[in-house]
Amino acid sequence: MTPVEPITGLRARHPLEERPACPAPQPIVEVDRLSLYYGEKPAFQDVTLSINKGCITALVGPSGCGKTSFLTCLNRLTDLITGCRVSGRITIDALDVLAPSTNVIQLRRRIGMIFQKPNPFPLTIRRNLEFPLREHGLQDREQITQTMEATLRDVGLWDEVKDRLDSPALALSGGQQQRLCIARALALFPEVLLMDEPCSALDPLSSGVVEDLIVSLRSHYTVLIVTHNLAQARRIADYAALFWVQNGAGQLIETGTAKQIFEEPRDPLTAAYVSGMRG
Amino acid sequence: MAKTLSRLQNPREWLALVFVWGAAALVTATFCWLLGDIIRHGLSHISWTFLTAPPENAGRRGGIGPILVSTSLILGVCLAVSLPIGIGTAVLLAEFTSDQSLFGWMTRRSLDILAGVPSIVFGLFGNAFFCKTLGLGFSILSGGLTLACMVLPILIRSTEEGFRAVPASYRLSAAALGLSRTTTLVHLLLPAAVPGLLVGLVLGVGRAIAETAALIFTSGYVDRMPESLLDSGRALSIHIFDLSMNVSGGDANAYASALVLVIMLLAINGTASWLATYGLHRKVVTV
Ligand SMILES: Nc1ncnc2c1ncn2[C@@H]1O[C@H](COP(=O)(O)OP(=O)(O)OP(=O)(O)O)[C@@H](O)[C@H]1O
Ligand SMILES: [Mg+2]
Repeated sequence: MTPVEPITGLRARHPLEERPACPAPQPIVEVDRLSLYYGEKPAFQDVTLSINKGCITALVGPSGCGKTSFLTCLNRLTDLITGCRVSGRITIDALDVLAPSTNVIQLRRRIGMIFQKPNPFPLTIRRNLEFPLREHGLQDREQITQTMEATLRDVGLWDEVKDRLDSPALALSGGQQQRLCIARALALFPEVLLMDEPCSALDPLSSGVVEDLIVSLRSHYTVLIVTHNLAQARRIADYAALFWVQNGAGQLIETGTAKQIFEEPRDPLTAAYVSGMRG
Repeated sequence: MAKTLSRLQNPREWLALVFVWGAAALVTATFCWLLGDIIRHGLSHISWTFLTAPPENAGRRGGIGPILVSTSLILGVCLAVSLPIGIGTAVLLAEFTSDQSLFGWMTRRSLDILAGVPSIVFGLFGNAFFCKTLGLGFSILSGGLTLACMVLPILIRSTEEGFRAVPASYRLSAAALGLSRTTTLVHLLLPAAVPGLLVGLVLGVGRAIAETAALIFTSGYVDRMPESLLDSGRALSIHIFDLSMNVSGGDANAYASALVLVIMLLAINGTASWLATYGLHRKVVTV
């Protein structure tokens, strides 16, 4: 497997204020005929998809079509579910994700994940950021502090929490908690960020803030986001993929640039879904 | 309260209310009456000399010094053995065995049955196994180990419940951050499971410290100051039993010893709930 450079807080961190567009298509994640079964029941089958570096790809589709399950294959969270079987092939930058020899700890360092419900640990704000960093081998106090400040600035939380880093993270508002979770993931310098409906548990205002934050991640990180909010997908995504349940299992119906999916869908299901007639 | 009452128009709700409050009052009253009785008869006999001096004349006079030492040692052995094994087994059951697995099922069922086994059976087992087979004789060590066997089922099951009460999202988010299972366990799950552990500990220690039947056959009757863990030592509960049943004229000291036992129990309860709120929670800040 490709070696992962150790985390150093000093590695040049581009400020997220500049917002370059999504670069020329260059696949970083390649998914080949991926299927997932919970016991005997298929969640999705035969998904082939490539995700371009530095871009935002939106996964859309009706409830239960396997979007969350798809995300959890990419960072092998599926390992935690008993009776869950994954077949097919996923490569991330030449790393074979599903190979048994793959170091999942390092894999998950490279692929961050944000969940629907904000889930900071019941620790202080500081410990929430510090704890994963330390576990991944960053011991230097100075560097930890720098990384903490840099990531909190990235997610626009620094000014809101800098005076209460030692208060419980669970005392933050839902939107702040979600941004803290994003900061916690960013602190590990992931290459890919998986986001599972990151805004759907938030009020409209916080949702807007988090959405702007996701847009600012473009070109610095590769973002794969599941959303039920088509307007949001339209606003932020460069690419889109539509999942649908067919024959009792999720299938990838259509994939392409967001513009194409939302404006000139080829598949009639996609057309019906994006126009709000089905799903 | 008055507000609640005025809203209760249905006579059935009245009945339910009376029943619930009545039951609560009955439980509290029983405890208070018991405590009052022990305090009334026992308090005047408690003094520093009573707590430190050895018993004289079969316990009619003198104090309970060596008995307190033996009791603490027995409890210490019991905790030193049951805590690590208990936490380890609870972790195994809650985190590393699936709900459907036969191994997990069998272990849980066995523990539930063991938790209901009368203490005299543990006493006989301890006598046969620790005293005879392992050759530890009547000793504090045998007594502590027997108590550990008795406390373990309660301790394991409630610690396991503590682990199960930790939301699955902690495990998922920890794994998604690339934290190892051990780290997650030590830094996130264990602190979050502490309340469950403490409940088990209070119940278990409460059972252990009040135990007589299991100790009569294992740690013995000897009321001298123990010199090592291999000496026999008389536990407080046995002392109370002996004074009130076998020693005529021992009632006053029996009451005083019972009061000491109750105070110890309350102290253990208090420490556990203090730990749950302040001590061990400092690392984990929940709101
Ligand atoms: N741990 C699990 N065990 C068994 N079945 C599961 C599990 N997780 C999900 N499923 C099933 O797999 C299918 C796909 O679920 P998944 O959560 O991936 O869908 P989704 O597209 O994310 O839905 P939603 O939009 O509601 O979040 C569903 O039928 C679901 O019931
Ligand atoms: Mg989902």
